[in-house]
Amino acid sequence: MKKLLLATALAGLSGAAFAQDVVRLGTEGAYPPYNFINDAGEVAGFEREFGDELCKRAGLTCSWVTNEWDSIIPNLQSGNYDVIIAGMSITEEREQVIDFSQGYLPPASSAYLALSADTDLKSGPVAAQTGTIQAAFVAENGMTLVEYATPEETVAAVKNGEAVAVLADKDYLVPMAAESGGAMVLLAQEESIGGGVGLGFRDSDDDLRGKFDAAIKSMKCDGTLDVMITKPEYFGPEAKTWGDAGKEGC
Amino acid sequence: MLSACADPKSIEGLTWAVCYLTSGKHIAFYWSFVTVMLLLAITAPAALLFGFGGATAARSPFLPARVFGKTYIAMVRGVPDIVFFLFFVIALDQAIEYVKFLAVCPPGSPSPWQGLEFRVCQEAKVPQGASSEFWHNAYGFMLAVVTFAIVFGAFTANVLFGAMQAVPRAQLETAEAYGMSHGQVFRRILVPQMWVYALPGLSNLWMILIKATPLLFLLGVEDIVYYARELGGSKTQAYEYPHGDWRLIYFLGLMVFYLVMTRLSEVVLGRLSARLSRGQATAAGEAMRKAAA
Repeated sequence: MKKLLLATALAGLSGAAFAQDVVRLGTEGAYPPYNFINDAGEVAGFEREFGDELCKRAGLTCSWVTNEWDSIIPNLQSGNYDVIIAGMSITEEREQVIDFSQGYLPPASSAYLALSADTDLKSGPVAAQTGTIQAAFVAENGMTLVEYATPEETVAAVKNGEAVAVLADKDYLVPMAAESGGAMVLLAQEESIGGGVGLGFRDSDDDLRGKFDAAIKSMKCDGTLDVMITKPEYFGPEAKTWGDAGKEGC
Repeated sequence: MLSACADPKSIEGLTWAVCYLTSGKHIAFYWSFVTVMLLLAITAPAALLFGFGGATAARSPFLPARVFGKTYIAMVRGVPDIVFFLFFVIALDQAIEYVKFLAVCPPGSPSPWQGLEFRVCQEAKVPQGASSEFWHNAYGFMLAVVTFAIVFGAFTANVLFGAMQAVPRAQLETAEAYGMSHGQVFRRILVPQMWVYALPGLSNLWMILIKATPLLFLLGVEDIVYYARELGGSKTQAYEYPHGDWRLIYFLGLMVFYLVMTRLSEVVLGRLSARLSRGQATAAGEAMRKAAA
């Protein structure tokens, strides 16, 4: 009996070598509507539906993994998962360490959330999540940057006065402002940073990247990607979509 | 999931609270308490074993064993826990995969260390990409347990080393005079008597171990701190149960949990100390003898 148990345990650890390989999708799980952990404890949000659809189209079996944002690139490189799908903007700096698929979300604007509409961004520190394009932007543009590990904490910092404003993707901040009951407002000033959102892959994983690229393209071609982006629970009807530009070369 | 909870946004009051506290994520939160208990239950004996081995090696008459024991104690004690945790878990993970890489990858495969990446062939992955989430979590947990055991083993070794030195020399000499061998003295006289000297140090370590369990969070294991932060953060309408920033409440809950754990431990350790002092040639043992007389 003991041997049987041991054998089962070993089989579990060494995995079914014959079973189809599973592609592990790594996400942050703290950035609605891009990705978040819902109340059932599962990964949800736009990227959940989008990622599942990509895997279906590419004929891959996928599983979801969550990982802290600040170690999401190193853990991809050490093989904890195979794809980063976490609202990650394509930037030159990141291109040097990982490869990106083509964009699946067009460049979106970043917005400031503050306690009042006439907040002076130079009057105090501006919060942003560590390792984001927004954090780099704040630091490069003469504002004082305070960084936090999670998006949630950046907003909390504004609420309790540690920062005068938070800079993040507008799609993340809009529901925060809407549900604060007027306590927090979006500033009129918006920033256009980042080159669209893409999937991240290890440099050596060109095959896998090819499969996902093809699947993204096919979703752009038949318009299902735009439909998914504009769903009210994700980015809403006013969100930027790919439109005809996405259909080039179909 | 209760049937009344099908539409969380239309319910309120007590029903809402019950539904909220029984959501899938909360159930996972409750299970994470078991994870922490399991960590304590496995790590404590493992660390004691490491510590016993380390202490025995450190006072061995055989030079290489002595060097090994002393190096282990000095090295692990000298490095900050968090640094050791962050370093060792990655190193252990890569070492395991590297050994498996040598065994199962086809000959001539490129070295796993390629620039910034660590990459072994599919067959050498531990656990396999296709294995269930449970095995991935179990593997992460196992890495954490080994790391905890090594770190706390070094501290335990130091405590036990001191305790072994504290057993009165006269006791050992008497045993030797009776003709016992070195091993017999160790087993029959030294080890049974050292516990009473080791207990204050060990109980200290136990308390520190309880309080160090949130380090699991740092290692990517979804423990109670992870869930408290995750559940406590403010939730917008995108979630089924929107609420404000409740982190304070959740962390307060954790504080209560840890206080209860440490208080219970104090009670148990106090009794153990009394039990171990009985009949010992120590001040506490002497006081007990006089009280009884």
